[in-house]
Amino acid sequence: MVEPIDGTAIARSWVLDALRDPGAVPVLPPTELDLTLRLVRRARLLGRLGWRLREAGRLETLPQVIADQLRSALAISEARSRSARWELNRLAWALEDLHGVSLVALKGVAYLLARTPNAAGRLFADVDLLVPDADLPAVEARLLERGWICKELTPYDENYYRRWTHELPPMRHVEREVEVDLHHSILMRTARLKPAPALLFEAARKVPGSRYMVLAPVDMVLHAIVHLFYGGEMDGSLRELVDIDDLLRHFAAEEPGFWEQFWPRAEALDLLRPAYYGVHFARTLLGTPVPASVIAASHAYKPAAPTLWLMERLVPEALFPQLLDAPSWRAALARLMLYVRSHWVKMPAPMLARHLACKLYLRHMAQSAT
Amino acid sequence: MTAVISSRIGDLSPTEVSCRLRGRGLGIRIGPFDVCVKASVQDFDEPFRRLYREYPIVEAGQVFSCHVSLRDVWKLRPRLGRYVRFAVDGRVPHEDLPSEQALAVFEWGLNLVIALRMQCFLMLHAAVLERNGRALALPAAPGSGKTTLSAALAERGWRLLSDEFGLLRPGTTSFLPVPRPMPLKNESIGVMQAFAPGLELGPIIPKTRKGTVAHVRPPADSVLRQHELAPVRWLVFPEWRAEEVLSLQEVPSAEGFMRLVTNAFNYDMLGKAGFETVRDLVNASRCFRLSYSSLNAAVAKVTDLADKDFG
Repeated sequence: MVEPIDGTAIARSWVLDALRDPGAVPVLPPTELDLTLRLVRRARLLGRLGWRLREAGRLETLPQVIADQLRSALAISEARSRSARWELNRLAWALEDLHGVSLVALKGVAYLLARTPNAAGRLFADVDLLVPDADLPAVEARLLERGWICKELTPYDENYYRRWTHELPPMRHVEREVEVDLHHSILMRTARLKPAPALLFEAARKVPGSRYMVLAPVDMVLHAIVHLFYGGEMDGSLRELVDIDDLLRHFAAEEPGFWEQFWPRAEALDLLRPAYYGVHFARTLLGTPVPASVIAASHAYKPAAPTLWLMERLVPEALFPQLLDAPSWRAALARLMLYVRSHWVKMPAPMLARHLACKLYLRHMAQSAT
Repeated sequence: MTAVISSRIGDLSPTEVSCRLRGRGLGIRIGPFDVCVKASVQDFDEPFRRLYREYPIVEAGQVFSCHVSLRDVWKLRPRLGRYVRFAVDGRVPHEDLPSEQALAVFEWGLNLVIALRMQCFLMLHAAVLERNGRALALPAAPGSGKTTLSAALAERGWRLLSDEFGLLRPGTTSFLPVPRPMPLKNESIGVMQAFAPGLELGPIIPKTRKGTVAHVRPPADSVLRQHELAPVRWLVFPEWRAEEVLSLQEVPSAEGFMRLVTNAFNYDMLGKAGFETVRDLVNASRCFRLSYSSLNAAVAKVTDLADKDFG
């Protein structure tokens, strides 16, 4: 194995220490703390760290220049969560007469609605909703009537979204900035793994006092895992692993029988392999406590030894933010390989070849047009 | 905190300034921000050292508010040549610009970083100056003569807090200074040179996206006192128009509130705290509309107001 250069390994350990134990932050020497804060910012976790320090009553004790950075990140996170809540409110208004349609909030907005601990200080971006495939046309039509617009796409991309992916092209209300993604599944139609959306809807839980539902605890974690490992290039996705870690810790404590249901549910949803990766990397990188019996059971779902060997090297490389002044070819290569992999598992080989060829051709045409 | 007489940029020789800019970076305190600057571009070091000579140095090995850098890149488009690339913490927030504009790129880049990142403050788009211990804010849209008016007031004995950012901690009504070089644009350069013949300007930079720009060095006293907050007293909304008759008209605080909110960078971002801070600000101030064409007359009028208003 090629060892990462020392600076990188040390900086990673500071970032992890800061996230695990905010009390470690104030005692870091200034040069180290400076780099750590920059990396945490880059990982889009500064608000999260700020929140944890504020909860621990340490924010006020920090030097002003540091406290101001953390307070700023918290203000941004609070503003974004306000916009996300408002968008949910407007969506509920727009869809008020579609009574029978299940609307399941996913990811960031689900964490807000379910009040899971990872919502605090999180940097919210899009509003993601899961809607039954059959109801999607009605929901889309209603939103288009009530002021939401679709992003202008090339005919190729439009077709690609609608025919192959698990979501519609992104929408946005004309007066607002928040992107709304309507999903009918949690993986592409073409993916080899086939999690049945019907199972997700069946188990989804109503949020008290709200029009929305959220995925059941195990499903919520599995979705976070699928998003991280099957989403794309994992560029600086450390925060997604932090979500997984937070959710696992939270549900293990709050949800009776959580771990007992974990592997059977992953099997029912055809998500054993991603579930293995999720638990493995949360445990090895973030120290998520996992019962020994759960780890023992996981061995059956391991990938082949060479694949695991490769993933163990690629994932941390891609996940962690890079040292700022020294972009690393190693991280870039790891991201490229994971990007290709994420496509590989999402579509059959001939389709992947055609997709990449079309993308290249369109990019070439766009460039020669300017 | 230990009482250390910190050294200033001007205490370093030009060679030392260049070495630090090209090496680990030159740390500089600007109002509440500690900025680490790295630069390896032409035509930057000398004007930077001159315009920033009074600013305290922040020694390396600290936590900085941000790390900004300027570096040269060669590019084919839009025209073959040398460009300057601005980066903050390794990210490039906007396109590369012609290398002759390095100083302006630094100034605008830092403004962008403050406006996007420093959300723990309520940030008004306003010039702020202080006289007799009380602050005057001039909130206005770009192009309304804010910078020229603040450079002129600073020249006539007002203490400059900022020509761009009215900075407040939410829940307070005293402005934090962030003194910076003031970028005069186009005709304003000649107007200010006539107004104050001894004015110290940075290089004249033509053909920027805002036309020709030259930066006025902030007065030494403003920089030396950049840790001293100033409580608000006057909110004056300026409007320059050719041939305009001078008028300074008091307006109701409700109008002041609305005008203030439309000239804020992050009023929405701060939610309730933003609303309460603007409310308190308006309640602690008198609000005026200022229309003028002559810089001299406007400066005299505003100064007169400050010297006679003991409310």
